[in-house]
Amino acid sequence: MNKTPLNQKHKNLGAKMTDFGGWEMPVEYTGIIEEHKAVRNKCGLFDTSHMGEILVSGANAAKSLNKIITNDLKKLETGKILYTPICKEDGGIIDDLLVYCIKEDEYLLVVNASNIEKDFNWIKDHVLEKTAVENLSKNYAMLALQGPEAKKILTQLTDIDLKSIAYYNFRQAKAAGIEMIISRTGYTGELGYELYFEPEAAEKFWDQLMEAGTDFGLQACGLGARDTLRLEKTYALYGNDIDEETNPYQAGMGWTVAITKGDFIGRKELIKIKENCCQRKLTPFKISGRGMARHGYQVFGEEGEIGEVTSGSYSPTLEQSIGLAYLAKEYTEVGTEIEIEVRNRRIKAEVVKGPFV
Amino acid sequence: MSVKENLYYSEDHEWVREEEDCLVIGVSDFAQEELGDIVFVELPEVEEEFDKDDSFGVLESVKAVSDTFIPVSGRVIEVNEALLDNPELINDDPYGEGWLIKVDPADDSELDELLSAEEYAEFIEEE
Repeated sequence: MNKTPLNQKHKNLGAKMTDFGGWEMPVEYTGIIEEHKAVRNKCGLFDTSHMGEILVSGANAAKSLNKIITNDLKKLETGKILYTPICKEDGGIIDDLLVYCIKEDEYLLVVNASNIEKDFNWIKDHVLEKTAVENLSKNYAMLALQGPEAKKILTQLTDIDLKSIAYYNFRQAKAAGIEMIISRTGYTGELGYELYFEPEAAEKFWDQLMEAGTDFGLQACGLGARDTLRLEKTYALYGNDIDEETNPYQAGMGWTVAITKGDFIGRKELIKIKENCCQRKLTPFKISGRGMARHGYQVFGEEGEIGEVTSGSYSPTLEQSIGLAYLAKEYTEVGTEIEIEVRNRRIKAEVVKGPFV
Repeated sequence: MSVKENLYYSEDHEWVREEEDCLVIGVSDFAQEELGDIVFVELPEVEEEFDKDDSFGVLESVKAVSDTFIPVSGRVIEVNEALLDNPELINDDPYGEGWLIKVDPADDSELDELLSAEEYAEFIEEE
C-alpha cells in the first residue's frame, strides 16, 4: 500500500488507519464528530499528501491544457487557480482537479490520488507538441490547514501577508523556513490553506503547525471528517458522486464547462447533454428520522425506483442524516418527498437545497 | 481499550452481565472503538423474543453500520431508551450507561458457551 511521508506520525498519534484508493490514510484520531467541529469552529490539519501533482509545461502548455480541460484556462494568470473537470469524448468525467498557473507556459495540476496514473497517461496522450508532462506526485507532501483560525495559525510561521492571498490564489513563499506553495483553497468550505512542499520536511512542518495552533484549538483531522465536511457543502467526491459514467451537467457542475471557449475533448457531446439536461441530476436530500443512506442505496418515488444514493453520512453540524443522490428530474424539486431503501426497509427523506451548511 | 472483568463476551463483541433476575447486554469497548462515533441506535421492543445469535438491534456510526447479535436466547424485558437520544453513551461508557437491553434468558447454560474476559481479551488481540 502507498504511504504518505506522515504515515508513522499518524500511527504515533493513535489514528485509525484505512485503505483509501490504495493509500494507507488516517480516518480519525479522536473521533470524526470532534474533528469535524474543530474545522467548523476552530481549525483542523489534514494530511492530503496522497493527492497527485502533474506538471504541464512548454510553449504549447496553455493551448494543450485548454484542449483537455472543460473550464477555460484563458483567464488564468500566474498565482491563480482554476477548478475544472477533464472529460472523455462522451462527456464522462475522467477526474476533477485544480490547475495552478505557476508562470506563463507552466501549470501544476493537483489531481485525485486514485486517478494519478490515469490522468497522467490521458494528458500525455492528448497534449500538443512542445509540451512536457511530468508526474511530480512523489516530490510533494501536502497539508490542508482548514478552519476559521487557519490564517492566525499560519501567520506565525511565515513573513508573507496572508491577507494578500485571495480565495483560489496562491503564492510561492517560505513557511517555517520551508519553500512551499501556499494556496488559499480547500475541501471543507471554511477559510483555509493547502500547502505543498518537499516530503522530507513533512514531519517537522506538521509538528510546527500543531504547535503554532495549540492556542487556537488546532486538531489533527482524518479523512472521515474531510468527507462529512465536504458533504455538508455538497462538494462532489470523485469515485462517489462523479465518475466516467457521469457528466458535469448532471452533477450540477455546469459552471465548470466553458462551451464557448473553443474546441476541447468532450465538447460535442457536452453540447448535446446540456441541451436536454438531464434525465438524472445529483440532488441533496435530508433524512428527518433515524437511519442513514449510504453509497449505492436505491431511492424510490411513487412510480418505483427513481435513483441511487452516491454519498450519505451524518451531518455533525445539523445532527441529522444527509446525502446526495442521482434522481430522476421530476423528483429533484426542493421539498419533494422520496424514500430510500436502507437495509431492507424504506425510510423517508426530503429533497433540499444545497449546500446543507 | 478495556475489557471489563466479570462479564461474559461473545465473538460478535457483545458482553453479558448477570444480575439477580435478568441478563444485561451491551457491546464491548473494542466494538465501540471500531465503530467510532455512534449516531443512531435501533433497539427491539420489550417482550420480543430472540434465539441466540439473532440480530436484535443496529448501531450506526458516522462511517459504518453494524448489527448487534444476542449472545443468549431470551425475552427482552427492558431496552435502554436513553440511547435513542444519546447514542454517544455507548462510546462514552460501553459497560455502564451504554448498555443495550435486559433479557430474561431461556436457557442459563448458554452462558457457559461464552468467553470469559480473559478469553475475549485474547480473542480481540488476534482480530
